[in-house]
Amino acid sequence: MGAVLIGLYAAAAMFFSPPPPQTVVILPGPDGHVGTLVVQRGGDETVLNAPYSASRIAADGTENRAQLSATAVKQEFGSALGALPARPVSFNLYFISGKDELTEPSKLELDKAMAELKRRPVPDIVVIGHTDTVGSLESNDQLSLARAERVRNALVQQGLAAERIFAAGRGEREPLVRTADGVAEPRNRRVEVNVR
Amino acid sequence: MHIRLSVLATRWLAAVLLATFAGVSLAADAGHLKTVKGSAHIERDGKQVPAAAGMAILESDTLVTGADGSMGVTMADNCLLSVGPNSTLAIEKYAFDSTTHAGSFDASLEQGTLAVVSGKMVKQSPDAMRVRTPATVMAVRGTEFVVKVGQ
Repeated sequence: MGAVLIGLYAAAAMFFSPPPPQTVVILPGPDGHVGTLVVQRGGDETVLNAPYSASRIAADGTENRAQLSATAVKQEFGSALGALPARPVSFNLYFISGKDELTEPSKLELDKAMAELKRRPVPDIVVIGHTDTVGSLESNDQLSLARAERVRNALVQQGLAAERIFAAGRGEREPLVRTADGVAEPRNRRVEVNVR
Repeated sequence: MHIRLSVLATRWLAAVLLATFAGVSLAADAGHLKTVKGSAHIERDGKQVPAAAGMAILESDTLVTGADGSMGVTMADNCLLSVGPNSTLAIEKYAFDSTTHAGSFDASLEQGTLAVVSGKMVKQSPDAMRVRTPATVMAVRGTEFVVKVGQ
């Protein structure tokens, strides 16, 4: 009943005031991959899945497919595209066994993460600590949180706003590499830094 | 007496904590405003809130820009949205479970321009995100696109 009413209302609205014209363009991602966008209009569907392919609906309601160029899209949609936030990135930092101390290569990786963070005017950061399966569940919960807090403190010391950094420990629950209990696995002794 | 008091105190603390967490989960941030240029505001509960970079965006917010305005938002599922000048975009529905990546997202572009980079919920379930315009409904199956409504 509700759907019928909505349908009638939509039909009446279309009859009395036609919708404004519209253009939809599907874009390739940074890696060139193109997804799929289904444009539904009444019972009709237009599937867009090739780079810069477009559906244009004119003021009189006619729909045309079009193939645009990257340049044309930039001209027509430059302001919106220019306002897109930086893409989320994440970094893995690795730790010395049983400690909340970074490995030497990960100290450099932390500097890289820091540089990326400083490029963002209002970064939101989630820091999640993990351990391998050496030690008890409880001690690993503590160790994973200590690792996350250690990274959080390093970020705060570099001048990032503490209230924009969330830190948590997941203990040995989310290993990068599955192992039996009691296995020292360097890849699991890590902190993920998710930057948005 | 002391024991009784401490039990009461514990209960009170538990109630406060519960209320705090309940509050957090009810008003969970759908996203954060990352970029703001020119004239731009958020319509929230019938009021106009000036747009400022860093502020939280909530379900039911409407993003509105003027002739020189633009805004960009990063949603909780890493979906990116941005609007150009003279745009009105309503966040009609937003739910995302950061553990399972399940969720649903309905947005409506009434006028202006919108750019979208879809996020984690669309990877999890291809029909999770829809963008409506006056003429169409767009089902977003893991992709980037731009749309303009009006001349």
